[in-house]
Amino acid sequence: MGRYTLRRLLQLVPVLLGTTFLIYWMVWSLPGDPFAGKCGDRPCPDSYINAAREKFNLNDPLLVQYAKFMGGMVQGNFGETLSGRDAIDVIAQAIPITIKLAIVALVLEALIGLGAGVLTGLRRTGFLDNLVLLSTLLLIAIPIFVSGFLAQFLFGVKWGIVNPTVSFEAPWSELLLPGFILATASIAYVARLTRTSIAENSRADYVRTATAKGLTRSRVVGVHLLRNSLIPVVTFLGADLGALMGGAIVTEGIFNIPGVGGTLFRAIRAHESSTVVPLVTFLVLVYLLMTLFVDLFYAVLDPRIRYE
Amino acid sequence: MSEPSLLDTGIVGGAPEAAAAADAAGTADKPRGLWSDAWYDLRRRPLFWISLALVVLVVLIAAFPQLFTSIDPNAADLKRSNEGPSSTAWFGYDLQGRDVYARTIYGARASVVVGVFAVAFATLFGGVVGILAGYFGGWVDSLFSRIGDVFYGLPFVLGAIILLFTFVGSAVNPSKTKIIFLVILAIVVLTWPGYARIIRSTVLSAKHADYVLAARALGARPSRIIFRHLLPNCVAPLIVLATINVGAYIGAEATLSFLGVGLRPPVISWGVMISDMQSYIRVAAHAVLFPAIFLSVTVLSFVMLGDAVRQALDPKLR
Repeated sequence: MGRYTLRRLLQLVPVLLGTTFLIYWMVWSLPGDPFAGKCGDRPCPDSYINAAREKFNLNDPLLVQYAKFMGGMVQGNFGETLSGRDAIDVIAQAIPITIKLAIVALVLEALIGLGAGVLTGLRRTGFLDNLVLLSTLLLIAIPIFVSGFLAQFLFGVKWGIVNPTVSFEAPWSELLLPGFILATASIAYVARLTRTSIAENSRADYVRTATAKGLTRSRVVGVHLLRNSLIPVVTFLGADLGALMGGAIVTEGIFNIPGVGGTLFRAIRAHESSTVVPLVTFLVLVYLLMTLFVDLFYAVLDPRIRYE
Repeated sequence: MSEPSLLDTGIVGGAPEAAAAADAAGTADKPRGLWSDAWYDLRRRPLFWISLALVVLVVLIAAFPQLFTSIDPNAADLKRSNEGPSSTAWFGYDLQGRDVYARTIYGARASVVVGVFAVAFATLFGGVVGILAGYFGGWVDSLFSRIGDVFYGLPFVLGAIILLFTFVGSAVNPSKTKIIFLVILAIVVLTWPGYARIIRSTVLSAKHADYVLAARALGARPSRIIFRHLLPNCVAPLIVLATINVGAYIGAEATLSFLGVGLRPPVISWGVMISDMQSYIRVAAHAVLFPAIFLSVTVLSFVMLGDAVRQALDPKLR
């Protein structure tokens, strides 16, 4: 297990380097001059442009630029944004809000998805089962920007139940609706995964044995069946946290949440590699580490799986 | 939105079982192979026929929009700006006074083209990489898998925004075809590892099967083993993923267009229409609603079709 973890951690390094290099290179090769509009109505003097290019190491070869940037980032020196703010402030402001949003989404996903999946998995026929199957299809099919807009329009504007947009501090209560919208597709996957997994396991030998031993139904389901069926679901939930954080751009845009998504979108438009690269690195790192964690956790949950 | 790559979690899982079923069916009483067995099962599902009918309808609209409307989708009459649905224009008019019904019909083409071609290219590329990585293993596998990880780790929407800003922004006054091609390219670049991973794992489990060992013992070359033995037995999960992803990519295209980085005028697409009219939702909700409904139903029908095919191909779910 230790060797396996170490090998996986080592494999992260080239992936992370590849991703950050790709992003760094693309942000600076975005079309348009990032310094063009900095001097008001007149064209920028050469001295300013040269100084700016020097500050962002743009006169060095690409690989050297990248190495300098990464070297700074490792030491916690992220550089400045193009408007002169410390990039690390911008990043530190955005990340907690997106983490909050992703946690709200994950909790909703677990509650609703698991509930619906367990209910339908235990009774695989009838009205409820069909209702859940159909509504999960709908949740998968309606793109988030459509459902988000619809929810914002109905709940926020027309009926006035919630604030149509989230305020700057982003309190938990205001994140409920955006969190639900962000989680819609995942709720459907969790429900279906749970349903299939429970239906498959309820025919397993150990369930029959438990019933034959004379255990009560609630104990058979609660202790024997659920513990085994929830393994794939738990791993899906873990891996999904990373995906939710990276996928929040649209939700954050619709509900005006000042999180990673909006910051990134603005920063990409402004060619701000000093915020884009650390944020993307963070998102990718969360995704990769969650995947690794889930793989390791799998072996803890299910002792039949061993990594040598 | 959640990325389309999410779709391969939990959706496709029956590859070795499917192959085993194909073997078993050959020796069992009923001499039906995997595919005829799946077809036998599919014919009995109403959901399959409903979704197939919807898919055919959408493809028909995309191929021959003039069959469904005789109105020019670009003809604008400002006098009619934001007018609601009426007997002359079923879906009303948008801000520029263009007929929303005609635009919705003509918008199908771009969406379907993006969905179908992105899936075709991603399946082809991811499939080739996945088979090579799975069959040859060793450093080939490590190399391809790490390269795949680089693209797979990037959040989809984010990666697409950066790619499209770079591609589309650098093109001066791009033509319709070029815009559509660039969006397809961005989707393919970011999603091919999903296909590669699935086919790699199927190949890994199939390559030690007896029929492959037998073929190798008889002196078959790698190319023959791959094309004659591995490919037919590993392609089922790929087909399921591809069908579902046509829907997912249509949704992704609309999302990117909505963000203003995907398709853009002069291309007409549902995402572009929604993006154009989103600020006027309070005065002209119809101009957002109808393309949104068409978009959702199209995505739904492809997802349903893929779901039905998956259930037919996976004997564990029966």
